[in-house]
Amino acid sequence: MPENKKPVFDVDRRKFVGTGMSLGALTLLTGCDISDNDMVQKMFAKVSRWNTFVQEELFSGTRLAPEYSESMAVKDFRYNAWYHFNEAPVLSATDYRLELAGLIANKTPWTVQQLYQLPVKAQITRHVCVEGWSMIGKWTGTPLSVFLNRIGADTTAKYVGFVCADGYYESLDMPTALHPQTIMAFQLSDQTLPTEYGFPFKIRVPTKLGFKNPKFVTAMFVSNRNPGGFWVDRGYNWFSGI
Amino acid sequence: MKKPVIHPSTHHIQDHPLLVRLAHWLQALAIFIMIGSGWRIYNSVPIFGDYRFPQWATLGGDPAISKVAHMDPGVANALNWHFTGMWLLAAAYLLFVAHGILSGHFWKHLLPLTPRLFIRDFVAAATFKLPHALGEYNAVQRAAYWAVLFFILMMILSGLAIWKPVQLSWLTALFGGYPTARVIHFLFMAAICGFIVIHVTLVALVPKTLTAMILGRAAEPIHQEAPHAGE
Repeated sequence: MPENKKPVFDVDRRKFVGTGMSLGALTLLTGCDISDNDMVQKMFAKVSRWNTFVQEELFSGTRLAPEYSESMAVKDFRYNAWYHFNEAPVLSATDYRLELAGLIANKTPWTVQQLYQLPVKAQITRHVCVEGWSMIGKWTGTPLSVFLNRIGADTTAKYVGFVCADGYYESLDMPTALHPQTIMAFQLSDQTLPTEYGFPFKIRVPTKLGFKNPKFVTAMFVSNRNPGGFWVDRGYNWFSGI
Repeated sequence: MKKPVIHPSTHHIQDHPLLVRLAHWLQALAIFIMIGSGWRIYNSVPIFGDYRFPQWATLGGDPAISKVAHMDPGVANALNWHFTGMWLLAAAYLLFVAHGILSGHFWKHLLPLTPRLFIRDFVAAATFKLPHALGEYNAVQRAAYWAVLFFILMMILSGLAIWKPVQLSWLTALFGGYPTARVIHFLFMAAICGFIVIHVTLVALVPKTLTAMILGRAAEPIHQEAPHAGE
């Protein structure tokens, strides 16, 4: 008889249910949460690298983020940082210099005036935060690819890194840096970028999560070594494409 | 002592092949990880007013440690759990569904299912008149299993829609755009929680089903019929 494969194990069902429930209760207790375990963190790092690989494969240099109508753009855009907006660095429009380093032919620093004379383009795109909220805003600025070509950056290199006035730092993979919608945003809602939003400019990347959009950029460099990022070094996935 | 002989003529039998048990428990683990970490991520910016899930029910380590160590209330850990668990969930789900389709299990045990059968069994269940035979699913159970398979599928699709609203913008558009897709992702999570409550309650009422899902087989004597001798 095919059904008569094996004897039935007579298991104490109460023991099963009891063990199952206490295991569940155990893992639910914060004290037994294994998230901060070394092995778990190593696993996260490995999976994160795999996720970066998958996202690099999924990314297209020509696929555009959806753009929205003027009426959908939020005027009072949400302020977001780990510090109060009163503490945002106030950069002087006259003293500011954008430093350039790494695989760049012309490393002469740029003034705000020079930056603001670059050709600009407006985009109305959705900013998506890693925490889940999102907001449509209007940003105006020059495509990063235009600027990289202007300064003679080696665009065959792998990464573009950014250093910010508030201690923040971020980096982009070169394909994303050259994406037509990746811009150095000088304006938000048709106004010169206010201090707390990153004056004199922020890197606006509509194909990435919000934390990959650094503000108050004071230095830019091109490198073949991954420069990491502020939140990336605190556990977020480096690629974080959307 | 010889083990009693189990035969379909004398016993209701529930068999679960190893592949099914493996896929079932991996899905259970993955869903536990996804919901626990998902609640932690949700808590950082709630969708529904100020409602937040209790801290102890979320996954992502001690938020106080995270706050001091890297200025992050455990969201990084939760995101890592979520983006790790998603692969486990997708793999286990695909394994389960592929086996269900290829082995014929879905058609043999989860069909037929019609509204009439569902209403009949639902009324019987609501009035406690629905008999339970191990290894056989009534129409309400069949509907519940199809439903949870659909919920997980929608969970994966709405998850992809909010993970990749640019690269998969067509999918996000199908879910009504990013903010709507995020709410849909939440609602299917709630639906899965509802399924889990009912599923676990019924398992507690008929614990032999748990035996079958762990060891592969459970049986209970058919009381109405006299056992056949000599088989």
